[in-house]
Amino acid sequence: MNYYTPFLEVTKTIYEAGGEDLKKCYQCGTCTAVCPWGSVREFSPRYIFKLAQHGLEGYEGDELWLCSTCRTCVDRCPRGVGIIDVFTSMRSIIAQTGLIPPTLRTVLGSINSNGNPWAGKREDRNIWAKELDIKKFQSGTEYLYFSCCAPSYDPRTKKLAVATSRLLKEAGIDFGIFGKEESCCGESIRKTGDYTTYEKLLDSNISLFNSNGVKKIIAQSPHCLHSFKNEYPSKGGNYETIHYTQILFQALKSGRLKAKKGFNKKVTYHDPCYLGRHNGIYDEPREILKSIPELNFVEMLRVREQSFCCGGGGARMWMETPKEERFGVLRIKEALSVGAEVIATACPYCIQMLEDGRTALGVEDRIQVMDISEILSSVVF
Amino acid sequence: MDKPRVGVFICHCGTNIAGKVNIEEVKKFASGLEDVVFATDYKFMCSDPGQELVGKAIREHNLNRVVVAACSPLMHESTFRRVCMLSGINQYLFQMANIREQCSWVTEDPELATSKAKAIVSGAVAKARYLEPLRIKEVPINPNILIIGGGIAGIQAALECAEAGNKVILVEKSPSIGGHMAQFDKTFPTLDCSACILTPKMTAVGQHPNIQLMTYSEVKEIDGYVGNFRVKILNKAKYVDHNKCTGCGICMTKCPYKAPNEFEEGLAMRKAIYTPFPQAVPNKPVIDKETCVYFKTGKCRACEKFCEPKAIKFDDTDREVEVNVGAIIVATGYELFDTRSIPQLGYKKYDNVLTGLEFERINNAAGPTAGKILLKDGTEPKSVAILHCIGSRDKNYHEYCSRVCCMYALKYAHLIKEKTGADVYNCYIDMRCFGKGYEEFYHRLTEEGVDFIRGKATTVLNYNDAKVLYPEMVESIGLTDSEEDRKKLLVRVEDTLLKKTMWLPVDMVILCNAMESRKDAKEIARLLNISIGKDGFFLEKHPKLAPVSTATDGVFLAGTCQGPKDIPDTVAQASAAAAAAISLVQRNKVVIESATASINEELCSGCRICNDICPFTAITFDEAKNKSVVNDALCKGCGTCASACPSSAITANHFTDRQIFAEIEGLLNV
Repeated sequence: MNYYTPFLEVTKTIYEAGGEDLKKCYQCGTCTAVCPWGSVREFSPRYIFKLAQHGLEGYEGDELWLCSTCRTCVDRCPRGVGIIDVFTSMRSIIAQTGLIPPTLRTVLGSINSNGNPWAGKREDRNIWAKELDIKKFQSGTEYLYFSCCAPSYDPRTKKLAVATSRLLKEAGIDFGIFGKEESCCGESIRKTGDYTTYEKLLDSNISLFNSNGVKKIIAQSPHCLHSFKNEYPSKGGNYETIHYTQILFQALKSGRLKAKKGFNKKVTYHDPCYLGRHNGIYDEPREILKSIPELNFVEMLRVREQSFCCGGGGARMWMETPKEERFGVLRIKEALSVGAEVIATACPYCIQMLEDGRTALGVEDRIQVMDISEILSSVVF
Repeated sequence: MDKPRVGVFICHCGTNIAGKVNIEEVKKFASGLEDVVFATDYKFMCSDPGQELVGKAIREHNLNRVVVAACSPLMHESTFRRVCMLSGINQYLFQMANIREQCSWVTEDPELATSKAKAIVSGAVAKARYLEPLRIKEVPINPNILIIGGGIAGIQAALECAEAGNKVILVEKSPSIGGHMAQFDKTFPTLDCSACILTPKMTAVGQHPNIQLMTYSEVKEIDGYVGNFRVKILNKAKYVDHNKCTGCGICMTKCPYKAPNEFEEGLAMRKAIYTPFPQAVPNKPVIDKETCVYFKTGKCRACEKFCEPKAIKFDDTDREVEVNVGAIIVATGYELFDTRSIPQLGYKKYDNVLTGLEFERINNAAGPTAGKILLKDGTEPKSVAILHCIGSRDKNYHEYCSRVCCMYALKYAHLIKEKTGADVYNCYIDMRCFGKGYEEFYHRLTEEGVDFIRGKATTVLNYNDAKVLYPEMVESIGLTDSEEDRKKLLVRVEDTLLKKTMWLPVDMVILCNAMESRKDAKEIARLLNISIGKDGFFLEKHPKLAPVSTATDGVFLAGTCQGPKDIPDTVAQASAAAAAAISLVQRNKVVIESATASINEELCSGCRICNDICPFTAITFDEAKNKSVVNDALCKGCGTCASACPSSAITANHFTDRQIFAEIEGLLNV
């Protein structure tokens, strides 16, 4: 026979870890009803919050690691609860006990030893740029181009950095890159709750950037954009950060970049959570696509603020997901339903998750997954 | 001025002050101050014995200055001023020292609190030495009352004021009085027919000899001050002479031009010449210039051809009328939240997603479906979902609760069950049934077999979109491609009591959308010089103790323009506002602020800086003398002009430079 009683010590610990917003939750169930997980399994963030409000056991289970931090719930929450922050705080308490999912342990180990989550060697960080003749960033260079760890160590997303840097060069933008001195931006690491490793990353990058006079950053990944723009300033890193689609759109508008041929396909656009809901950038990627000749642009049902998460955020990229629960599969199905031949996006994680969905469904011959940089690159060069 | 003889009275305020401040010490300190001839303390200075204490001391010790160290002036300055007046000394020789809100309530350390209290008392005594007696000013009051808005609040207030013998001018923007209540079908919890209880009052307003009804009119400008408001009202051109019109209605049947019917929430059309609803008061039509084709092309004039009494007047013009009133009651009502702001709910995207007011019209026997609950295709729904808290209790839209929706959601559930027997789902977060008979109504409802789901519904999809996004779900809940199923709407909600997220397949969705302030509220606030609260509604003077007054003397609030409320509370508040207005105007005279600004003519250079700077437009310019002049009646004594005047020609009475510097010195010299 179980006897239940609240254990508010635990609740207070969660508040102190940064989960104060937990107090505001009035248990309406909005978060649970809008969460993308609801499409594939039962998952109630609200229930976890109720357990946490009482300090009862149960919030520390596997479900704590499901949140992909897509922000759909935060946008709809009527009490303005910072749901993502509450989840991260709860994860940080568990992280201190070492009970994080095993795959994440590898990731954090790799971060600590090599500054990236992919178990790649630090020295290999800018191998992708080897044949591209990109200068090293130094004081006086206008922009730092931050390619994200994925293109450095993942063959599929390597093409994004190659495409973007070629386009930036073509548009006459003055930019440089770092190599092995640079580390992961830390965005996903923070969402694992390992604040210690996260702070180490920030200190390292900020000290590198500041000592080299970095003022402006072009980010390939919306996750890096988010980190530099919203999280670095409180640690002393103040850089004007933009997403690559923003600067490339400006280049197209001003004529510095010109499409030399058409892209005769039906294309739909998937808003990455960290570009869209987290940072409010919805238009520039669309404008780029619409400006390409012959490109037939169609919108899916769940677009802009209602975009359906690819499942890569919140460190989910490195966690196991059963095939039938993968968001990427659902998103590819949605793209197919509007007759798209290409699903375009602007995030290396989305690319990976959508490619995985495409493979899992076996629809490689019906639809392609392409980054905005790849599409633009294919018509400019 | 004779030598000051100051009496200092220190209040314990129970433990509010005495619990933190050492009263004995402060009293001893006060008695040692220069010019203080008497100092005492008491547990509750504002009580009868406390006030007696002051009166007695004034007489026995021949005091000519009184300092009470207690709470804030806002609380009891007027109380002690009155004591002074009754005891024979001018009220303005009284000074309040706030040692509660500004001392005992905000200081942690008792020693620091005590020394601060001493400083505050010292400051008050220092200022008191330089206080001057001020003349008490009275102005006459116009007994007429203006009521802006002709909904149930305005109607109720108008009848109360008119019955008291006051002349009422009731201004209503639309062609008829009645407001939103005229749109309702049945009212909770008694299920009274709304029109049946409203129309007798509407008729009474139309017939009352003391009420001058101005419909199709708007207030354009308000000048003046409490007791003496000069109001300019625009009587919009009706293009129908209401003196000749018999209300036969033939013109409306003959008119070929239509526009969406505002009264029907756009669910039906009305003619260019129209009355908003059959029981309109006045029951005579107006011509909507925007829709009437005569005003665009000069053609048609069908109404004119068929009008026997020759009441159609195409050459009618807008008229401006000026009225003088002593008090104004604002009863302008509310609007509903535009649910298109939440695209996930499918409003105006899918058929059969309705707002509360739209569903109200559908239920009304005089409405677009003659009272039958029908889907867009004319069939009856077999299942309906009612979604609570749409736009309310939501930081993204309105943080407040709209108060009436839980009750009308229950009402709708009942009407749907009664008329169609359909399955009804109420998706709620809490059931707010606070009023008389409300909880009993909820109890009655549960016995009708409504399925209550405790969770906020987040998404509405139609069958097609659901099939694209959730094909397995659609199949698993048993929906097929049949004609019936293809009309379905799917509502997503977590039943938080069960911890199960559900999809509800229904034929119709009703959104309980938030009550919000009208879009023209800001304009009205500007006209009346009243404030708007954080929630967008007009701000009352004090939410508990003065719920119908505003910070502007003479302007009162009634009804939903002050905040969401149901009909019983609206009528109660309207009667309260009427009582407040009647109480004001029947006094014949009103005392106005004495601590006003005065301009020394000799020092005034005629620069006019003060003219524009005055927030109450109380300063005018005398061209002949080339001097600025303060209108005592409008001046509120804010002091802005006095500080702005480059010639130091303006004295802010009761806050003169000498008084203020003395107070500062008193505070610092402890």
